[in-house]
Amino acid sequence: MTAIEVQGLEREFKGGVKAVQGIDLAVGEGEIYAFLGPNGAGKTTTVRMLTTLLRPTGGRALVAGHDVAKEAAAVRRQIGVALQEAALDPLMSGHELMRLQATLHGLPRAEGRRRADALVERVGLGYAKDRRVGTYSGGMRRRLDLGMALVHEPRVLFLDEPTTGLDPSSRAAIWDEVRRLNDEGTTVFLTTQYLEEADQLADRVGIIDDGRMAIEGTPAALKAQVGQPHLDVCLTDGANDHAEGVLARFGEVRPGIEGVHFQVTLAGGAGDIAPVVRALDEAGLAVAQLNLVNPTLDDVFLAETGRHLEGDQDTGEVAALSLESG
Amino acid sequence: MRAELRAIGALGARSIRNTFRYPRYLGPILIFPTLFLAVNTGGAGGAIDLPGFPEVHGFLDFQLAAGILQASLLAAVMGGTGLALDIELGFTDRLLAAPIRRPTIVLGRLAATFALGMFAAIWFLAIGFAFGAIVKGGVLGVIFVILFGGLTATAFGGIASAIALKSGTASVVQGMFPLVFVILFVSSAFFPAELMQEPSQTIAHYNPVSLVATGIRGPVVSGLRASDTLDGLLGLAIIGGLGFVLSAWGLRARLRAS
Ligand SMILES: Nc1ncnc2c1ncn2[C@@H]1O[C@H](COP(=O)(O)OP(=O)(O)O)[C@@H](O)[C@H]1O
Ligand SMILES: [Mg+2]
Repeated sequence: MTAIEVQGLEREFKGGVKAVQGIDLAVGEGEIYAFLGPNGAGKTTTVRMLTTLLRPTGGRALVAGHDVAKEAAAVRRQIGVALQEAALDPLMSGHELMRLQATLHGLPRAEGRRRADALVERVGLGYAKDRRVGTYSGGMRRRLDLGMALVHEPRVLFLDEPTTGLDPSSRAAIWDEVRRLNDEGTTVFLTTQYLEEADQLADRVGIIDDGRMAIEGTPAALKAQVGQPHLDVCLTDGANDHAEGVLARFGEVRPGIEGVHFQVTLAGGAGDIAPVVRALDEAGLAVAQLNLVNPTLDDVFLAETGRHLEGDQDTGEVAALSLESG
Repeated sequence: MRAELRAIGALGARSIRNTFRYPRYLGPILIFPTLFLAVNTGGAGGAIDLPGFPEVHGFLDFQLAAGILQASLLAAVMGGTGLALDIELGFTDRLLAAPIRRPTIVLGRLAATFALGMFAAIWFLAIGFAFGAIVKGGVLGVIFVILFGGLTATAFGGIASAIALKSGTASVVQGMFPLVFVILFVSSAFFPAELMQEPSQTIAHYNPVSLVATGIRGPVVSGLRASDTLDGLLGLAIIGGLGFVLSAWGLRARLRAS
């Protein structure tokens, strides 16, 4: 069964801003789907429509089998939502907020209290549960928000930029929790500006730019589409005339700087690394450094939109295999 | 339905707690009207001897209704401000994403405003008793006054909520503060309408707040009288009816804007 089914979804704001311009997607039960795009791409607008907070101006969307426009109440019972700006009342404690959320979802008092107790522990906030949220750090707020979204054990969880602005350890904590939830069967729809996040977490990625879906697929398939991995080869001594010839047996070669640096596309992927090293060795060429460079989602984004994802310094996934051969 | 009432109760409890946790919320509700009462009874106490001033036990007794009205109206404005802050903060989105009925969000606020209005009435009655005022209507009169305090706050709370929902901006709702005093001054809250000059007298005559003032003041200065209570309820029905229509319209506008 499909957890989320979207056809031709559109949203035009007053003043003519077309934030979402006809999106189609389907997310299967138990999947983690990442919606990847730069600031202003239309991620939040899409999430708000899927969570019944914003009316679509075109197209339709089914979440957990219910139409977001016509059966909003039924959708709300099945979903958990953590919005981009964790809207938490700074005057309330974490535990109070959790209990309020339980009541809003119709849990009986005793059960609500039990769930609240369990969830503050689960998101690692047991030690701070009676403190006012106003004193929480950004990471704590996100974790609380995530916990609150789980209070009624939703089938589908929506997370709008769950880790934006968080430090690496807070980010890792959220990722772990998302994986754990998914293992327990929750479908997750998350948006992110971080390539790494989509790559790490998602079963499938949809790249959205300017309100449109640019491309969609598994991270591996998307990257494969942009190109095969290539090997950066750096040899020790200058001017090796036959190096290019040796490397050409494995794939397309681009000679680099000073006659010691080459790039070769590996038709056989990472499995070709050892044969390359052996061949160079047999030809009497000494290798100073080898880097296997895999295409990244940023390369995908670049190929599809002609631009880099803004604000992301992630320039490439480089598996450095430094070899001192002699 | 039970779940809905529990949600209203939980949201109301949250608003009340927050009011007491944040002195900047509670301050205006109680401190302004109390100072006003002190200054007024101290400086204008002689008014009681003016020809045409009703027969009362004391000027403080007469002014208690003014304090309660003022505090209830300010509680209404603070409730509206809280709702607008929730909208600004995005907290209402959290509520809207939950499977509760849309009006529950407003009703939760109004439940708190009702409680704060009653609290204000109790506060002023306590001050009154401490300084020698008497409630002619006895225990039942006290209960009437407290209920009127709560209902007045709720009725005006509907109007404040409407402004909050329509504007979504706390500063706009807070801009109503001066308006509260204007509305009260052109009513019989502080002085008997008969002693006012034109056009205030005519305005006060038709101002529904004057009816509410009668409903609150009656049990204090003249004992329980059906006519005073009916006047008060009529005033509340007018203001509350307006508040209901406006906030329903405001809620619809807010939901449509999304
Ligand atoms: N309420 C609104 N009114 C008008 N334009 C809006 C509104 N909300 C978002 N937008 C515009 O829609 C576009 C997409 O915004 P958004 O969905 O927030 O993007 P993202 O979440 O991917 O950063 C942006 O150009 C933004 O300025
Ligand atoms: Mg966004």
